[in-house]
Amino acid sequence: MLTILLGVLEEGFVYAIMALGVYITYKILDFPDLSVDGTFPLGGAVTAVLIIAGVNPLLTLFISFFVGGFAGILTGIIHVKFKVRDLLSGIIMMTALYSINLRIAGKANQPIFSRETIFENAFLDKIIPESLTPFLDVIILLIIVAIMKLLLDLYLKTKSGYLLRAVGDNETLVTSLAKDKGTVKIIGLAIANAFAALSGSIYTQKSGFFEISIGTGAIVIGLASVIIGTNLFKQNSFIKVKATTAVIIGSVIYKACVSAAISFGMEPSDLKLITSILFLVILIVSYYDQRRKVKTNA
Amino acid sequence: MLELENINKYYNPGTLNEMCLFDRFNLTVRDQEFVSVIGSNGSGKTSMLNIICGSIPLDNGNIAVNNVDITNMPEFRRLRKIGRVYQNPAMGTCPNMTILENMSLADNKGKSFNLERGTNKNRIDYYRERLKTLNLGLEDKIGIPVGSLSGGQRQAMALLMSAMTPIEFLILDEHTAALDPKTADLIMELTDKIVKEKQLTTIMVTHNLRYAVEYGNRLIMMHRGEIVIDKAEELKEALKIEEILDKFNEISIECGN
Repeated sequence: MLTILLGVLEEGFVYAIMALGVYITYKILDFPDLSVDGTFPLGGAVTAVLIIAGVNPLLTLFISFFVGGFAGILTGIIHVKFKVRDLLSGIIMMTALYSINLRIAGKANQPIFSRETIFENAFLDKIIPESLTPFLDVIILLIIVAIMKLLLDLYLKTKSGYLLRAVGDNETLVTSLAKDKGTVKIIGLAIANAFAALSGSIYTQKSGFFEISIGTGAIVIGLASVIIGTNLFKQNSFIKVKATTAVIIGSVIYKACVSAAISFGMEPSDLKLITSILFLVILIVSYYDQRRKVKTNA
Repeated sequence: MLELENINKYYNPGTLNEMCLFDRFNLTVRDQEFVSVIGSNGSGKTSMLNIICGSIPLDNGNIAVNNVDITNMPEFRRLRKIGRVYQNPAMGTCPNMTILENMSLADNKGKSFNLERGTNKNRIDYYRERLKTLNLGLEDKIGIPVGSLSGGQRQAMALLMSAMTPIEFLILDEHTAALDPKTADLIMELTDKIVKEKQLTTIMVTHNLRYAVEYGNRLIMMHRGEIVIDKAEELKEALKIEEILDKFNEISIECGN
């Protein structure tokens, strides 16, 4: 039981970082960004190659973050400068990244077993007592998630963060403030995809290998987490929770649902099917939930 | 000074629906002039504002501000010196952000949106003071999202925000049209106060003839992309609503209505 619980928390936290990125594009920017499906494995591919080359695993996190951000900038440029529709810009980027990821990793499956990662390294072996080992991964993940969440919260309170929120809320106002709304969107996409790539990097270090298919459906997982989280803790509900925290909780809940479905006898190969059906259920429930609320208010 | 020179604007060029709106349109607005613009639907009032602000491209002609050509300047750059209030009260504010956050955004216009704290705590009292001038009690609600305010309250905020930082021009695009008569009066008084206080050059498009006659020091009536009445200062003072209505009727008959 404890193993399952820990497994859910670990998976939930890994994807929560990507979900924070999706929160930026989907909720704040109002931009359905599919490039996440490419940047999540991009982070994984970069990390696998760097770790094999002997780079410090902690450093790979930063590198993945920046590489993901760069990919996000490209999506933004495709959309803003070349006036390609938002959904299409993401699809173009996602498709291109599939090949790029294969190029970076060298093959579709790149194991990094027995290499040092942020979860397994000589330093941790020295300082962590035996009794804590089962909880080690979840603690490390919790720390990373907490740092990323705090950084995002802090950013959203800066002037630049205000402008990012404004562009999703009312583009016209951003123009009225004499700012180019396109640039602001590009910044938002960069941050979101940086988060996704970081998440992919951690996922790869956690699972011990890079696999090209890990990106497929990443956006669905991210969206599901965002929608579960933000719907569960609406502003009018009695428990006040920050949206970013809600997204992290949403990610854990979502992973719990998937894990439950698998324990009820579904095959791991059914994972993507479960993912999408669950997502559909969430969308339908939140839609009827909204309608019910509108009716009771009227 | 704002100059529109030989402006040509066609809609749907090259198609059967091609329509010429402006053919060699000219307009000069002097500093600190408050121009009320009236005219029937489709006469080109809003298109003119959009051309001034750079929201729509023009086919030919030049636009200059203080003798500097801005014809090719993108919209967001032009708006550094221009404050614009739209007909739709939702256009001028961010509904999901709080009153305080909206005021902070407006206060930072023209400056860099960097990684400094979004709201400067030392400015909060100033924002409260500004909000107090609206007499809507908003100064006590700065923590609530603007989306929960009424249309009139939002428009008042939009007006306040548009003129928060030093600007030269105020562009008002039927900014009282979506409001009830009482709120509209309030917003109009507020507009006049801000324009006088900040000595702004103002162009106001309105369908309310009373406002057009009462406020401002120049009145323009447009019809099919041309200026048919243009009266400033004493000539405008002498202008009666009846005269304008007569002109409207004349135009209507011409159009076959």
